[in-house]
Amino acid sequence: MESLSNKKKVLEVKPLNFWERAYLPAIAKGLSITMGHFFKKPVTIQYPEQKREFSENFRGQHSLKRDENGAERCTACGLCALSCPAEAITMTAAERQKDEEHLYREEKYAAVYEINMLRCIFCGLCEEACPKEAIYLDGDVVASDYLRKDFIYGKDKLVEAPLNQ
Amino acid sequence: MKVTIDSISIEVEPGTTILNAARMIGGDIVPPAMCYYSKLEGSGGKCRTCLVKVSKGSEKDPRPMPKLVASCRTTVMDGMEVQNISSPEVIEARKGVVEMLLINHPLDCPVCDQAGECHLQDLGYEHGAAKTRYEFDRRTFERIDIGDKIQLHMTRCILCYRCVFVADQITDHRIHGILNRGDHSEISTYITAAVDNDFSGNVIDVCPVGALTDKTFRFKNRVWFTKPVEAHRDCDHEKCNGKVTLWYKGEDVIRVTARKDEYGEVEEFICNTCRFDKKKTADWVIEGPRKVSNKSVISSNHYDTLKPLPVVKTNPLLQQANKEQFERETRL
Repeated sequence: MESLSNKKKVLEVKPLNFWERAYLPAIAKGLSITMGHFFKKPVTIQYPEQKREFSENFRGQHSLKRDENGAERCTACGLCALSCPAEAITMTAAERQKDEEHLYREEKYAAVYEINMLRCIFCGLCEEACPKEAIYLDGDVVASDYLRKDFIYGKDKLVEAPLNQ
Repeated sequence: MKVTIDSISIEVEPGTTILNAARMIGGDIVPPAMCYYSKLEGSGGKCRTCLVKVSKGSEKDPRPMPKLVASCRTTVMDGMEVQNISSPEVIEARKGVVEMLLINHPLDCPVCDQAGECHLQDLGYEHGAAKTRYEFDRRTFERIDIGDKIQLHMTRCILCYRCVFVADQITDHRIHGILNRGDHSEISTYITAAVDNDFSGNVIDVCPVGALTDKTFRFKNRVWFTKPVEAHRDCDHEKCNGKVTLWYKGEDVIRVTARKDEYGEVEEFICNTCRFDKKKTADWVIEGPRKVSNKSVISSNHYDTLKPLPVVKTNPLLQQANKEQFERETRL
């Protein structure tokens, strides 16, 4: 059958000549490339000690934000959990008491807020759904661990550190 | 009498309102209603969301009505022609009405327990504008406990008067009503007296917004994380037949409400014992899962195929493994 593109090339395998059979020039060429790389900037980095800068829209570990007075913004409305395609988020709401105004912004707050980092696909829909600007995926890469239960991050790991510390 | 709504004709009894005639036809042409409640006599005419255009008054007098009319209060005439969604004027007016209703309504849907089954939320989503033009402070009130089971958030109230009609017609004596007039009107018991009788809990169901909410359900969970199940029980109360919807979260009944029809109106009013005191599965005879419209947020993330696969059902080894997996997960 004639080829459709007419681009077919028939390869000719010529027998190697003396220098090619000796392989020495090829080895010298290969070594010179290797040597050349000693003097170039390495492309890899020493990861845990050194870190690369993330792109601006990188999505890492979630953080629950505080407002300008240091009160938690999350009001446990459940929209993040609703929008989560992986169903990684669960929460339990509680009512704010009289003396807790400085802790929580709204009259309802999340008493328990858990994200299963094994389920999370870091799509950022929770961030988009949040009406209170309370959750952002602005953290680092989620750390590895040994036990499944340790990947369920509670408020202790998610909530931002208070302002005055 | 023949009435034509959005060019669909229907024969109705004399004295039927346009809204009820539209409901007989059903579908998209039914005007929304925030204050009209078919089970409550005298309700309607307050909120103006059900405005329609009458393009032909009747067979005898075919002139159109000069202004848009509230369909819940206007009775049909023979040969009347009504435009609802086919009239841009009506849609525009309804948008204005929604804006008006939202003037004083706080946007605390993330906190409000009614979110997800709130008629004002739906209406605002369908007709409203995303931004308000109102620049002044919204009126605010302290929240009031009406008895130990009902909570009144007056800030969210849109003054539909439904709860007042419930108190008038369903319960045997009425304690609460509307104080003051116009912009100052508020639902109140005057002095925070408990609204306490066997059917007072129904004010929660008739409230189209989150002004009257169940205190036993307060902040327990969002509606869309719960699972509605139809159930009934043998109620001792002579006026209550015990047909309800149970709202499950996992194994627990976290809320009991009356069954609501497609217009959000309860089918039968239930007594407070059924509503507040019977929150165990053992108290109820389960009829089956409630049909939820697939447009509703309540139906989201509820899957039909949560049954174990057939292979698990027959294989005891897999059953055991499933059980262990489940126990481990719940422990974690």
